Amino acid sequence: MTPLDFVVSLALISVAAGVLGSLVGLGGGVVIVPVLTLLYHVDIRLAIGASIVSVIATSSGAAAAYVRDRMANLRAGMFLEVATTTGALTGAYLTTLLPARFLFVFFGLILAYSSVTTFRRRHVDAPLTVSNDRIANYFNLHGSYHDLAEGREIAYKVVGTKLGLSIMYAAGLVSALLGIGSGALKVPAMDSAMHLPMKVSSATSNFMIGVTAAASAGVYFIRGQIDPIIAAPVAAGVLLGATVGARILGRTASKTIRILFVVVLVVISLEMLQKGFLS
Amino acid sequence: MSDTPRPPTGPAPGPAEEVPLAGLERSGARRALTPDEARRMAAKVHRVELAISLVLRVGVVASVLVIAVGLGLMFAHHGSWVRLDGPVSYRALTSATTSFPHSFGALGRALASGEGRGIVVLGVLILILTPVLRVAVGVISFAYEKDTPMALVTLFVLAVLVGSFFLAGA
Repeated sequence: MTPLDFVVSLALISVAAGVLGSLVGLGGGVVIVPVLTLLYHVDIRLAIGASIVSVIATSSGAAAAYVRDRMANLRAGMFLEVATTTGALTGAYLTTLLPARFLFVFFGLILAYSSVTTFRRRHVDAPLTVSNDRIANYFNLHGSYHDLAEGREIAYKVVGTKLGLSIMYAAGLVSALLGIGSGALKVPAMDSAMHLPMKVSSATSNFMIGVTAAASAGVYFIRGQIDPIIAAPVAAGVLLGATVGARILGRTASKTIRILFVVVLVVISLEMLQKGFLS
Repeated sequence: MSDTPRPPTGPAPGPAEEVPLAGLERSGARRALTPDEARRMAAKVHRVELAISLVLRVGVVASVLVIAVGLGLMFAHHGSWVRLDGPVSYRALTSATTSFPHSFGALGRALASGEGRGIVVLGVLILILTPVLRVAVGVISFAYEKDTPMALVTLFVLAVLVGSFFLAGA
């Protein structure tokens, strides 16, 4: 396979990764890392560097549209970034303290549990109209969005900010420790704990993952994990895919997005458990 | 999705009996906002949203253009990469021993000599800096809209981000 074949085929796969990532609020690393290591036999360190690029590309590409169309909750996202960035910073220090195997098993089980809670909410996905959450009221994190699939404006109230902040801290921690899974925890935090609508959770997670990833991207660059011949097709392909995905999300039913997210979550948690038990 | 911003409509009917107070169209209230206050707040937030959306779009377009130019140059400089039965395998470019710029000094030298891979790395760095820039614009926008609590929250995020970049260099 010549470099040209590599770049073209990887760019096409990246488009698909960008569409999927922008729909479910994850960075597309779920697709990029296995494709690079198993299909192209690329060094794992370079694959992880490419996955960070893919997360930022998904986030910026999709969030430009999500923020403009008020699909993402800007205030809630920026508020919760306090917890994710702090978690990412602490995680950078803890890397050497905790055994990776234990972490993979621990977070694999947590993700398996959140896939169950997310799946069980599929019939009770009604937005709240009242909130007594003092933090949510103080920062006015409530919002509304126009649902193209249902053809109406949907207003929602936010609750459970303390629990949400705690899970977001863990999300920042795990992304710094393991390099994966930050969006996988962000969506359940907003959907199950804070009662944001599913599509808003996905769009807001998309908006946030770029910042969490940017916090560790500097390290990856200096360590020499960002190879231009891999990063170029991944960035370009994912950006195109995310722009397309951002147009699809509004028109898709919430339940479809929820089921899609649960499927991806189950795959990630199995991946993590496998790494924990077999590595 | 049109490019014209939809007029923001107020969130759910809250406690409607509450008397609307003037000047509460920003965060800091100790109770839920009335629909009227929420509408004014939404209009303010929407200006911040448009600013941030613009930053993201400019960053994304700039990085894609730079990456495309760099990739084009890489192939222009290495004619053998393009041939279908070429002698060069992509494996040589994606192994653990492949060399490419990964410090600012090396990046500067690669750019000075017009190397394609240096230009690609520059485009990727623009992409990485886009989220940081959008946080910075968030601070400015919230401060401009006199939304002090949100401005402080965003400033904290920016400080942690900048701190993490310095830690990476150390």
